[in-house]
Amino acid sequence: MMVEGKAVKLGNNVDTDVILPGKYLALTDPAELGNHAMEGVSPGFASKFADGVVMVAGENFGQGSSREHAAIALKAAGVRCVVAESFARIFYRNAINIGLPALECQGILTRVTDGDQLSVDLEHGQVGNRTTGATVNAEPIPLDLLQVLNDGGIIEHLKKKRARQ
Amino acid sequence: MNIIEKILAKASGREQVRPGEIVEAEISSAMIHDITGPMAVQSWKKLEEAKVWDPDRVVVIFDHFLPPPTEQAASLQKMMRGFVDEQGIRNFYDVGRGGICHQVMPEKGHVRPGDVIVGADSHTCTYGAFGAFSTGIGSTEMAAVFATGHLWFKVPRTIKINVAGSLAPFVMSKDLILHILGKVGVSGANYRGMEFTGQTIEEMTVSGRMTICNMSIEAGAKTGIVAPDTKTAEYLGASSSNSFESIGSDEDSKYERTIQIDASSLSPQVARPHSPDNVAPIEEMSETRIDQAFLGSCTNGRTEDLQIAARILDGRRVHNHTRLIVTPASQDVYRECLQEGLFEVFTQSGAVVTNPGCGTCIGIHMGILAPGDVCVSSSNRNFIGRMGSPQARIFLASPATVAASAIAGKITDPRKLS
Repeated sequence: MMVEGKAVKLGNNVDTDVILPGKYLALTDPAELGNHAMEGVSPGFASKFADGVVMVAGENFGQGSSREHAAIALKAAGVRCVVAESFARIFYRNAINIGLPALECQGILTRVTDGDQLSVDLEHGQVGNRTTGATVNAEPIPLDLLQVLNDGGIIEHLKKKRARQ
Repeated sequence: MNIIEKILAKASGREQVRPGEIVEAEISSAMIHDITGPMAVQSWKKLEEAKVWDPDRVVVIFDHFLPPPTEQAASLQKMMRGFVDEQGIRNFYDVGRGGICHQVMPEKGHVRPGDVIVGADSHTCTYGAFGAFSTGIGSTEMAAVFATGHLWFKVPRTIKINVAGSLAPFVMSKDLILHILGKVGVSGANYRGMEFTGQTIEEMTVSGRMTICNMSIEAGAKTGIVAPDTKTAEYLGASSSNSFESIGSDEDSKYERTIQIDASSLSPQVARPHSPDNVAPIEEMSETRIDQAFLGSCTNGRTEDLQIAARILDGRRVHNHTRLIVTPASQDVYRECLQEGLFEVFTQSGAVVTNPGCGTCIGIHMGILAPGDVCVSSSNRNFIGRMGSPQARIFLASPATVAASAIAGKITDPRKLS
């Protein structure tokens, strides 16, 4: 499974209050949530994602609240994949469960500049930087989680599994 | 095995488990509230299952929109009531019946030592104070739990935090957990369990232990836990603590590391913007004028939190340029404080007392911060924009420090006013 897009780079400890502020938690429509993604950084930040991007971040991405709204907002705004040095555990589970690829990749922050064209191989755990020509090795996504992502999230995955039985 | 490993082993029907192993554990209780619940129900509907696995193990609590501040929030609650009716869920706490979920869960008997509890809220780790393995999950994952009554967990490595010495007067469990966060960092316990042991924890009230376990997520932990004892049994109304004895860590338990802390020399602590691990002892704080002080939340909205604040506020006035918002954690806490006359003290001092709820802490309603506002808060997170404007600044502190600061109009050591 390959994901491509321009890099949007963030720092360490990006929290869910910044990804999707509390005042939007009464929204449930993904498109509406997407309009407010990363509003804690600056209003209108989500417009950067419109063409489809790969988000690159440091340690502990998605710390804080269990709000799935955060992962949904990023995906709906156009984030095709999040590559981070490490993830907060609830965010990681949420991302996979809603079908947003999340790849753990040590050393990624120093190897990517904002706007670089990235090509992410989820199965083999590789991030190719087409702008610089560099390749960074990452933790491959385990096969069972890749299947969840291929099916579009845990709900679709469970339904397909049930249909096969 | 340590206590976390023992609980996961029992819940997954195994003799033994080791850190790193994946286990499929039976769920004792599954909790949703009015923010994460609607999404869980949406996902649940997509699964096209008829009934949840066990309606008596599902707990639905309204607390974030209490009472609903917008038509949109009211509509979400209406939808949730439909789900509760359709599924025959009896453990339902509507407006005026419960309060903040993490207070209501143990108060109403949904938490037992040795339980495996999942909640669609990150502060679900609070119930570790009762010797339960409890952790936060997302809404869609909760829909899967509703269908099966099981969930997979990776058995975490555990960090032991051993605390010795008695806390000084007006130094609270909140100061201790802030100090620990300063040492461990916001990702220092990511994916790990945190077990709190030692004399200080043993001496601590159950309410204080809840504050400690509540903020273990602020270190990234999967769960925070304290072995149950007679205090746990008393709180839960059990007739004897004997049945809990088997749920402690073995003498030869393995830990990733052990952190030793001397609590006797601890002073009040403050977490400065914009991270709960940006902690300093209050003596090291430069003068910080505050516009708002907030006393409440699942971290510090219990009766003993309001009692200590009332002791400090009694006969004094909240500073002219500061507003103090007091929010009891639950209807039960509200009634207790009302009967004890604490609201008389708060209102005489110029504070506003609100109904129980999460609104202020999460920046939804009842005390949203304006750009440039500075707030001292007894809650758990001071991220950018958490309580309103991204241009506001939040300092986390104990209920005693919040009360003293409200009087002085600036961040103040409660030992100076007591």
